[in-house]
Amino acid sequence: MSSSTPSSSAGGVGSADSAAPRRNSKRPKYSKFTQQELPACKPILTPRWVISAFMLVSIVFIPIGVVSLFASRDVVEIIDRYETACVPDGYKNDKVTFIQSNLTKQCNRTLTVKKRMKKPIYVYYQLDNFYQNHRRYVKSRSDSQLKENSSWDDVSSCKPEDMSKDQPIVPCGLIAWSLFNDTYNFSLNDQQLAVNKKGISWKSDRDSKFGKDVFPKNFQNGSLKGGATLNPSIPLSEQEDLIVWMRTAALPTFRKLYGKIEQDLQPNDQIHVTLDNNYNTYSFNGKKKLVLSTTSWLGGKNDFLGIAYLTVGGLCFFLALSFTVVYLVKPRRLGDPSYLSWNRNPGGH
Amino acid sequence: MQNSTKSPSKRSRIEKKMDYIIYVLFSLLLVISLISSLGFALKTKFHMPNWWYMRPDDTEQFYNPKEPFISGLSHLVTALILYGYLIPISLYVSIEVVKVLQASFINQDLQMYDDDTGIPAQARTSNLNEELGQVDTILSDKTGTLTCNQMDFLKCSIAGTAYGVRASEVERAAAQQMANDLEQDGRQSSVSSKRSKQDIELETVVTSKDGKDNKPPIKFFSFEDDRMTEGNWRKEPNVDMIILFCRILAVCHTAIPELNEETGTYTYEAESPDEGAFLVAAREFGFEFFKRTQTSVFVRERYIGSGQTTEREYKILNLLEFTSKRKRMTVIVRDEEGQIILMCKGADSIIFDRLAKKGKTYLEDTTKHLNIYGEAGLRTLALAYRKLEESEYSAWNNEFQKAKTSIGADRDTNLEKVAEMMEKELTLVGATAVEDKLQKGVPQCIDKLAQAGLKLWVLTGDKMETAINIGFACSLLREGMKQICITTLDSESKEAIKENILTQVNNGSQMIKLEKDPYAAFALIIDGKTLAYALEEDMKLLFLGLAVDCASVICCRVSPKQKALVTRLVKEGTGKVTLGIGDGANDVGMIQEADIGVGISGVEGMQAVMASDFSVSQFRFLERLLVVHGHWCYKRIAQMVCYFFYKNIAFGLTLFYFEAFTGFSGQSVYDDWYMILFNVVLTSLPVISLGVFEQDVSSDVCLEFPTLYQQGPRNLFFDWYRILGWMGNGLYSSLVIFSLNIVIFYDQAYRVEGQTTDMSILGTIMFTCIICALNFQVSLIMTHYTWMQHVLIWFSIVAWFIFLFIYGMLPPKISHSAYQILTEALASAPVYWITTLLVTIACTLPYLAHMSLQRCFNPMDHHVIQEIKYLKKDVSDQVMWRREKTKAREKTKIGFTARVDALIRSLRGKLNKKTHSIESNKSYPPS
Repeated sequence: MSSSTPSSSAGGVGSADSAAPRRNSKRPKYSKFTQQELPACKPILTPRWVISAFMLVSIVFIPIGVVSLFASRDVVEIIDRYETACVPDGYKNDKVTFIQSNLTKQCNRTLTVKKRMKKPIYVYYQLDNFYQNHRRYVKSRSDSQLKENSSWDDVSSCKPEDMSKDQPIVPCGLIAWSLFNDTYNFSLNDQQLAVNKKGISWKSDRDSKFGKDVFPKNFQNGSLKGGATLNPSIPLSEQEDLIVWMRTAALPTFRKLYGKIEQDLQPNDQIHVTLDNNYNTYSFNGKKKLVLSTTSWLGGKNDFLGIAYLTVGGLCFFLALSFTVVYLVKPRRLGDPSYLSWNRNPGGH
Repeated sequence: MQNSTKSPSKRSRIEKKMDYIIYVLFSLLLVISLISSLGFALKTKFHMPNWWYMRPDDTEQFYNPKEPFISGLSHLVTALILYGYLIPISLYVSIEVVKVLQASFINQDLQMYDDDTGIPAQARTSNLNEELGQVDTILSDKTGTLTCNQMDFLKCSIAGTAYGVRASEVERAAAQQMANDLEQDGRQSSVSSKRSKQDIELETVVTSKDGKDNKPPIKFFSFEDDRMTEGNWRKEPNVDMIILFCRILAVCHTAIPELNEETGTYTYEAESPDEGAFLVAAREFGFEFFKRTQTSVFVRERYIGSGQTTEREYKILNLLEFTSKRKRMTVIVRDEEGQIILMCKGADSIIFDRLAKKGKTYLEDTTKHLNIYGEAGLRTLALAYRKLEESEYSAWNNEFQKAKTSIGADRDTNLEKVAEMMEKELTLVGATAVEDKLQKGVPQCIDKLAQAGLKLWVLTGDKMETAINIGFACSLLREGMKQICITTLDSESKEAIKENILTQVNNGSQMIKLEKDPYAAFALIIDGKTLAYALEEDMKLLFLGLAVDCASVICCRVSPKQKALVTRLVKEGTGKVTLGIGDGANDVGMIQEADIGVGISGVEGMQAVMASDFSVSQFRFLERLLVVHGHWCYKRIAQMVCYFFYKNIAFGLTLFYFEAFTGFSGQSVYDDWYMILFNVVLTSLPVISLGVFEQDVSSDVCLEFPTLYQQGPRNLFFDWYRILGWMGNGLYSSLVIFSLNIVIFYDQAYRVEGQTTDMSILGTIMFTCIICALNFQVSLIMTHYTWMQHVLIWFSIVAWFIFLFIYGMLPPKISHSAYQILTEALASAPVYWITTLLVTIACTLPYLAHMSLQRCFNPMDHHVIQEIKYLKKDVSDQVMWRREKTKAREKTKIGFTARVDALIRSLRGKLNKKTHSIESNKSYPPS
């Protein structure tokens, strides 16, 4: 059928020659790619693969789950919810009035250490029902102002906490304005327990996002006082509580680092906490919790991760097992042609 | 221009269905946006006043607790934009890219490139690639599409002797098939080696002749028999009859000879290609027709007498032309000896009716031969003659002239009547068998398409006889098939005609209904005039019902407009995908009307190609276009679209869930850049590679198992069950991704240094989980990994981390909260990696389990074939492989295979008889 056979080229030699290159120019060039013939690996889910895959997952997941669970169990955590307890009895029904009054907010709590806690022990405060992730809240900050002294008046994104008495607020915005201002003092056996508040924020934040030459200015000066005040003589890069607070939490329930206790605590140690219950979570029925926790490589106490791993691993093990049973009891020979549709329901097309 | 229709815009079924899915998703988007804005309005009204840290006393309108309605309304816009990820806009872009690449594969396919004409296949639109995989009915033009309109003289029967040993295409295929089957039998039972040897001998008898012809082929002449060629016929017993036979061939025609100056041979301009073939045959036998004048035909006779070439003149006295009603043609000539001879050729049934008692000497043998020819798919004509006395002729001629010169309405009938008087008392000479030259590979292609479960309708402008013959030649019709011919008579009134057609249609339907034999096949043949009535509003559904029940449908004498109308009827009546294929300007309407129009870029100009969606240079390429490219494209696009919905739902819903935790304020947990890159870089490339490169089975297997094609028309990969399954999977994935991440990270420290997550960290972890899970998911869908897929999937995952790294390295002014997020906050936290692994596996587990279960209990055809190929069983167990290939054919009633099966049955019967007789001879040796 080749076009070069003399019998079919009736037009004579000359025309055939001139036609040849024109013809060939339309001929697609051969390559494995264009002919869709690239060498390919075609793995298929054979029972062996299925069982091994599920088995492999369970073999990997169950140990990880066990290890995670152990790591999580190693973490000792003391949680103390204090927002209701720290309201004097007379104000139990009117907590908001209490928190907005000038009454003393000091409150004493005692925490009992159940298990030995190795240092460092991290101190967190946990808020609840607090929408740090609300869009209005999240946007209400000025990154350039936080970083550079020169843009101290860049407060356009900070409304309504941008200006106070016609002066820009540094740091401006709702986030900074509503800075958490409960304070905790710990003592063990009448000995002051030092809380290290250095290094609780991200290093990159201290170095690059909060300026060393930016000092609080005109802060909490307005008619409506929000949260904590800042020491105007300390640059923002060292105001670690602020830096931590400015990293807005993803969910309405969140924990933030308050400090570190660099001392081991023994079982049955009684820790006395003197706290200033300043922060108003009462208007929105938010809980406040004080958390002391050690960490493991996993982080905090997080049983769920281990349980999830064990569940998935177990599920895979179960699947592997049931596929094995199926494979043994009712094996389908691989590539068994009797499973082809035309063999299964003859004439059923 | 009368027949032209407006050029339509075509969209594939998958795309149309995709629209519905988009509607569903859009409704979902609206619903969750409404929920979201309602939630926001309520939150703003009832909770916002309590959130002192948000300064509810001093807000823009958007957050004003006193005007929750406005807040809700404006939030609706925010929500629609934010959840816009549910609507995979990028799907349309990706699909376009994929389709263009698929189309370029079609254009580049060397196996659809025609070396003779130098024209490759061309996808002129990339819209309909996947539609190629769902075709149910093919509507085909005949001339130039199925046939090259060239007849080859193949066999003849003269005076009861059959000449011509070359096998027709049907016979050859039968022999081949039988040889294959026997090989198989031989392997399965090695007992009857002797028998199979005999069978193979028989096979060689049929096919061996092909091997030894070294002569250049002569156009229109494939006859081969040493007894006839080179003048050898002079040694045959019936020389007189052979001479007569050749003379009828050389004289009884209306052709005009043309001398080819270069070669010195004559070519013939004939009204029908049959005549051309006859003249060439006559020339090869030694009777060269070389000149026609007003009154005479001149023939050069080579082998008569002393070997000298003699020129003979035949005076044409009368010529009674061929009409489709008469089905015969007659000339009355006076030869040089003054003898008046009537020569007639025509359809065998017509001729046989008009034989003289003495002229039936060869009737029995000729009938037998004619049946054989018919079985072999050849067009046959019977030849007869009658010697006339001078007086007898002149008496008749007077009457004939009178009829001819008369004027009036009944002139034609008169003429016919007079002609009838003469065309009787004939003597049968023999019969011719002409093979209608189909285009290369057409029967095989039709056969494969039939096996793939496709229906083929032939719509042709030709007259009914020709159409039926072609039907036979390409195995759309065969012996034993019940033909339902629907025709009309001119004379009746319109109502009567309609009535008549209605009865015919009803009778046909009744006949099919009453048929008990499940293998009985029906063919519907209808002509254009009748079709015009049948296509009328009140009758068309009835007609369609009948046509759909028939194995093959042939419409002849149809106008281009009717072609389009029939196409529309099939398209709209059955609701299935139609493909129109044709080569000429008269097919443009059909090509445009059909769901897919295929143009044959042949000799008849470019109109068809210009109107078409795909063009090929030969009909046979349709097989590869549909069965390979169509099948692949359908699956690719279907899987790709399903995955796309999955991925956008899985991603989009996490945004919504997070919303619920932010008081529906419209805050996104992900950085803007993540969201931009999600569809553009991070998840698009693997799915595009799925859409471009995926192959469930290789092209060879597609061709070997045409049944696999049925997965397309049955829409197994894009039915609602599957689409909703994928959507459900997307919902599941979104829930797993979100809830696992939230529960793990919401309050606890995630690092040994005690830090807790913030929004950007949680968002980044979740996004990492999404990228890994989605890309792992797409890798599970794929079954065909070339280095491209590997690269693209790994690239997508790696690209995410590279992006995160680079983004984190940029100054905080640009990267904001993502500053150094990977290096400082995430990479060193084991929980980050562990969670990613957990979520990835948990997301894909249901799909994996589902696939494993399906493969275990209910494997689909391509699964089993993949396994066979994977285990190389097709090599190790060839008997099984071949058996399955045979079985895989859709039960077809048309096509080569069906026909070959019938032929094999009859051959087997004969063979058994023969073996039996041989064996009985052996057991009683002559003593």
